[in-house]
Amino acid sequence: MIARLKTWEGGLLAIFLLTLALNASFAPEFLTMQNQINLFQLSIEKIIVALVMTLIIVNAEIDLSVASVMGLSAVVFACLLNLGWGGGLAALVCMGVGALAGGVNAVLVARVGIPSLVVTLAMMIGFRGLARVLVKDQSLGNFPALVTDIGQKGLIGPLPLSILLFFVLLLLLGVLLHRTGFGRQVVVIGTNAEVARFSGLNVARVKATLFVMSSVAAALAGVLYAARLGAVRGDSALGFELDIITMVLLGGVSIFGGKGSMTGVFLSILIILNLRNGMALLNVTGHVQTGVIGLLLIGSVLIPNLVNDWRARRVRV
Amino acid sequence: MRGLIGTTSPQTLRLVALFLALLATVLFFSTQIEGYLSARMFNRIATSAAVVLPIAVGQAIVIMTRNIDLSAGSILGVVAYMTGQTLAAFPDLHPVLVVALAMGIGAIAGAINGLIIAYGRVPSIIVTLGTLALFRSFLVEYSNATTITTASLPQWLVDLPQKSVFSIGPLDVRTTVALAVVAALIVGLALSRLRAARKFLAVGSNPEAARMAGINAPRVVFLAFVLSGALAGLSGFIFLAKFGNITVVAGLGFELKSIAAVVVGGVSIMGGSGTILGVVMGTVLVDTIDNSLTRWELVSEFWRDALLGMLIMAAVTVDTLAARSLTRLRGRAGGAA
Repeated sequence: MIARLKTWEGGLLAIFLLTLALNASFAPEFLTMQNQINLFQLSIEKIIVALVMTLIIVNAEIDLSVASVMGLSAVVFACLLNLGWGGGLAALVCMGVGALAGGVNAVLVARVGIPSLVVTLAMMIGFRGLARVLVKDQSLGNFPALVTDIGQKGLIGPLPLSILLFFVLLLLLGVLLHRTGFGRQVVVIGTNAEVARFSGLNVARVKATLFVMSSVAAALAGVLYAARLGAVRGDSALGFELDIITMVLLGGVSIFGGKGSMTGVFLSILIILNLRNGMALLNVTGHVQTGVIGLLLIGSVLIPNLVNDWRARRVRV
Repeated sequence: MRGLIGTTSPQTLRLVALFLALLATVLFFSTQIEGYLSARMFNRIATSAAVVLPIAVGQAIVIMTRNIDLSAGSILGVVAYMTGQTLAAFPDLHPVLVVALAMGIGAIAGAINGLIIAYGRVPSIIVTLGTLALFRSFLVEYSNATTITTASLPQWLVDLPQKSVFSIGPLDVRTTVALAVVAALIVGLALSRLRAARKFLAVGSNPEAARMAGINAPRVVFLAFVLSGALAGLSGFIFLAKFGNITVVAGLGFELKSIAAVVVGGVSIMGGSGTILGVVMGTVLVDTIDNSLTRWELVSEFWRDALLGMLIMAAVTVDTLAARSLTRLRGRAGGAA
């Protein structure tokens, strides 16, 4: 038990309980069901994408294009709704757009062999550009009431569809990463792609699958984002990739691949959501909130390093 | 032809390809846009590329060491604001001191990055992702969301972007352009001529081997980030001179612009290879395309980002495939000999 608590997840759990306790003592309304739902709802699209991003980073890759795919999908969704399409069909087409975008990333990373940092950086600019082409500088709204209801209101009790989807995906992707052969392949390739290739693993196929998954999840998140806000613009979801990657890295996933757990990422998501919510209740501005999370991100890797150094030095003396 | 390809270095071939791409871009747009090949257009592109060039050169040094600096855009914003504020308070400050101040503030920010990355052994992508947010929130707090306006700046700075150092025929070279080019020239010459500067490439190409060869790798990485910060600071100064009005969002997204210019310029994202001449051409190419697309009547300006993304991707894909087939060609030629 003690050994388990000393792991990354143990540390995250401690931080999470601390933020929870602090928030609850500062603001009595914090622990209400409605506030907890609100806090999830406010970042729900980001945390859905963060789940697949976990697999990508464990695989020693990165996907910077997710926020642009979210924006593109949200814009396509809005355009189709304005053409009179039904919400369900429009959402399906958007996921198709996501799969297509993911396919482009997948081919360039897995087949052509260009580093994913470069590919997804270029695609981040490209997909965002396509979203801008579609809506110019306007804002598209006027969605059918059904769509905004699903985006904003509770589906089962007070829980909206997006939160339900998040927990289903959390479970599915957790099982996929930690309990299946595919998940093992993701980890092994992330540890050492060269060795994995010589062991007969189809490295390209695993990487391609992950990039398509990532963009489809981003497209889904884009649809949810549009439905929740009721209006989209060309710069919808701009800059979300940094928040998403921060959530994954704070969860203890190694940027060099091969290491990381879904539990860690889930705890890190809880910490970030609660921290932001608590700071908002204390009237701390959004920019400072982001700064605090940046500090947390650096500290989470720096402090263990410094402690190790200090221990090593003491042993030597 | 095969002999020529066989003997020229890949680095040189890349520069030639970049030059041809630039030439093709200019020729293409000169048939599309009226009055394109004019001194005015040259100035427009040159002064706009001058803002990006220093920050791209700094980014290139960092990428050569197999790291990345995502905080460069935030550093640019902080420097532009703080320099502008200082100038508003002390308008008599000597221009040289102002540039030194801008680069100094940038270097301090870069040193914070470098310290945590090189000596705290935290991956650069994590640290600079964090400081991207931190430096920006520092700026928001520090500035109280107030804006620096052109009116509060001394006249010499406002006039600086219109001032020419010298002219080549009808083309004037503006002060800011000269400043950026001189900075790139110094770094470029150092990287190709100075043994000390070669260490950046050595560390990036093989950190383990560099360490065995007696190179103090942490110090080299630390210096790379200090330089990147200082050069982002220089970009901040040029940004201030060019735009005059500085808000808390100044320099937002410049980290991506700089990485794009570096990657198109043929610097390997895996570290260890690349030239500053390539970075200069990459910067100019991206900026030329960017500026030309806004003036191109055939497509709406909203196509700009979409096309830019595709073009960057195309450039990198062609580069990767060409490098691979070159290696294969060489292998075959070597086997035959």
